[in-house]
Amino acid sequence: MNLNQNHFELFGLPARFAVDAAALEARYHDLQREVHPDRFAAAPEIERRASMQLATRVNEAYQTLKSPLRRAVYILRLRGVDPEFETNTAMPPQFLIEQMSWRERIEEGSEDPEALVRLRGGLREESAKIYEKLRGQLDEGGDDEAASGTTRMLMFYEKLDGEIDDKLAELET
Amino acid sequence: MALLQISEPGQSPEPHRHRPAVGIDLGTTNSLVAAVRNGIAVVLNDHDGHALLPSIVRYLRDGGVAVGREAEAEQARDPRNTIVSVKRFMGRGLKDVTHAENSPYDFLDSPGMVQIRTVSGVKSPVEISAEILKVLRARAEESLVGKAGGELAGAVITVPAYFDDAQRQATKDAGKLAGLNVLRLLNEPTAAAIAYGLDNAAEGIYAVYDLGGGTFDISILKLSKGVFEVMATNGDAALGGDDFDQRLFCWVVERAKLAPLSSEDTRLLLTKSRAAKEFLTAHLEARISGTLMSGETVDVAVTQKEFQEMTRPLVAKTLGPTRKALRDARLEWSEVRGVVMVGGATRMPHVQRMVAELFGQAPLNNLDPDKVVALGAAIQANVLAGNKASGDDWLLLDVIPLSLGIETMGGLAERVIPRNSTIPVARAQEFTTYKDGQTAMSLHVVQGERELVSDCRSLARFELRGIPPMVAGAARIRVTFQVDADGLLSVSARESSTGVEAAIAVKPSYGLTDEQVTQMLRDSFDHAKDDVHVRALREQRVEGERMLEATEAALREDADLLSKEESAALRAELDALRKTLACTDHRTIKSGIERVNRASEAFAGRRMDRSIKRALAGRKVESL
Repeated sequence: MNLNQNHFELFGLPARFAVDAAALEARYHDLQREVHPDRFAAAPEIERRASMQLATRVNEAYQTLKSPLRRAVYILRLRGVDPEFETNTAMPPQFLIEQMSWRERIEEGSEDPEALVRLRGGLREESAKIYEKLRGQLDEGGDDEAASGTTRMLMFYEKLDGEIDDKLAELET
Repeated sequence: MALLQISEPGQSPEPHRHRPAVGIDLGTTNSLVAAVRNGIAVVLNDHDGHALLPSIVRYLRDGGVAVGREAEAEQARDPRNTIVSVKRFMGRGLKDVTHAENSPYDFLDSPGMVQIRTVSGVKSPVEISAEILKVLRARAEESLVGKAGGELAGAVITVPAYFDDAQRQATKDAGKLAGLNVLRLLNEPTAAAIAYGLDNAAEGIYAVYDLGGGTFDISILKLSKGVFEVMATNGDAALGGDDFDQRLFCWVVERAKLAPLSSEDTRLLLTKSRAAKEFLTAHLEARISGTLMSGETVDVAVTQKEFQEMTRPLVAKTLGPTRKALRDARLEWSEVRGVVMVGGATRMPHVQRMVAELFGQAPLNNLDPDKVVALGAAIQANVLAGNKASGDDWLLLDVIPLSLGIETMGGLAERVIPRNSTIPVARAQEFTTYKDGQTAMSLHVVQGERELVSDCRSLARFELRGIPPMVAGAARIRVTFQVDADGLLSVSARESSTGVEAAIAVKPSYGLTDEQVTQMLRDSFDHAKDDVHVRALREQRVEGERMLEATEAALREDADLLSKEESAALRAELDALRKTLACTDHRTIKSGIERVNRASEAFAGRRMDRSIKRALAGRKVESL
């Protein structure tokens, strides 16, 4: 295993946004079968440490490639584009209005778990469409600037998704 | 040139090369040890044929230690020196111990972990657990190596999946203290999944619902082609069968109208309550009977329905974590192929029923819920020790149960590694200085899901010194968290422009050497004021005296409101309370106060009536 490889190279997959989930998982399992610390429990200290580092690296790569959002950010960084999440917060007004509307609906439903689950369903449907747009931008259009903007939008969606989960958890306690 | 070795079919060419390794389930109530023999995982029994070793340790005056049944037999006679359910104290501070004031132990608060003062000195939960592990180790050595003191290659010790870093570290320390080579800490539900999955060639999404003696875990796993991948885990590290016993015990005390109980009587009735709970699994009614130290006999009947009613809230407490785990795994109930039941407490019919309702399917009970964890651990230990056989090509991918983070400005916890991350995992975060010329930075590592640091578990504090003076915000301090395959964290920090480095393994030291034990003893006298029992006793004495004064004053004022009998009864309770004030058990005083309270209830009501009348009368007089 070459530590200088990027995540896609490590997994033997093309550096594209569209990934074959089954192939990704199969490759992940193959790699862990080789490097996981359980394979080296009876080995000398130095090998055990190396195994932990490699398994950590494989986990990190897998988690990055498995999550569509993290994968998009990773692809952009590989292409030398920084989506600038920290500094670039300017979003189209229309988008911000939509976000506020989602947020209001979450607040309204915050006493009703079923309403929240329905809302989350709607939210995921909506973000699936945007992910599809992002795929076009990254894999076909080659428009990395536009892809950066779309990725930033999806950050908002993932955040809303997490907030719904937190609300659901709150209702249960 | 080496010659080829030719062996009989089924016989290993070098049988002596087999490295004996064991799986140990270090449970709240019972512990057991298992090993793979001739390719099959089996639980190792003691000389009397018992598989389960009660997790009970008794310290004797002469420095000796009794473990298991022997200790269990004496627990009601010597509750202060007989430690049960020590697992609940592992990696826990005094403030985390629920009902500390109701337990018979002489607790000592000490940094990192609570300690217990016994007749043979101050003991940490790590030392107490090590006594249990030593017995299991000797059992395994005798059985596998042929003699006690023979070499074991190592052991896998199981821990609740929801154990945090401090609890895991404490468990590993206990293993080391018992002379074991700890190959791995393995999560209990994961161990069960290995045993179940390999046995049944299971494929798909499975939930493991593990309600043990003192802990609850729920894990969601994906089993595919020999890979056991934990997708999410959740739980409650302080919920288990013990709580059901406690609930029934309180009910019995109420039902039998018992006076405050001594530690001995408490332990007696708790044991009887546990037996009744177990009996009620297959019967509609159980009796709890025994003779207290005073000679008073207790004989109470409890129906299965009553028991289920009183413990329903405990069963309901497992619902929230179960839903959370499924949500974290991003799964629906219908996607779960089977629910594996683990832990003795899952035998209770109402637990079974609730799980069936929740998942919409009958849970899987085809494994012994007491043994499956140890068997799974044994299978993993065998592989980890290097005894690979065909079919052992499986892979285990587990997660950390709770997020790890660092304290930032304003007492907020910044998440560095989120819960349910597959281990091993590492994550780095950059921080900077906030003052000009700042040369040191203190880092506070926490674990938990809450935003406020004060609501999370504090794991460690350390300092990075020697940062060259720079303007605020110029330094780049990179903090790296690494969690290993045991789920244990180590943290390092590095200032990148100069390379100044600081590293810690997040490992509070639990004082295991003789010197440290001596030091602990000495410290214990200094910390007497922190002793819960002393504190509770002082509080109850003050409360009792206040009660005596107030009631006597009322009697002087309004004695005519009581009949002779009533007055005599109340005065008798007051005398009884006065006597308990000299007693050193705060619970005796507390119940004396409660008895006075009950005896003066009617009196207080009438006094209230009288003062209302007086007040009304006064107004009438005024308005006239």
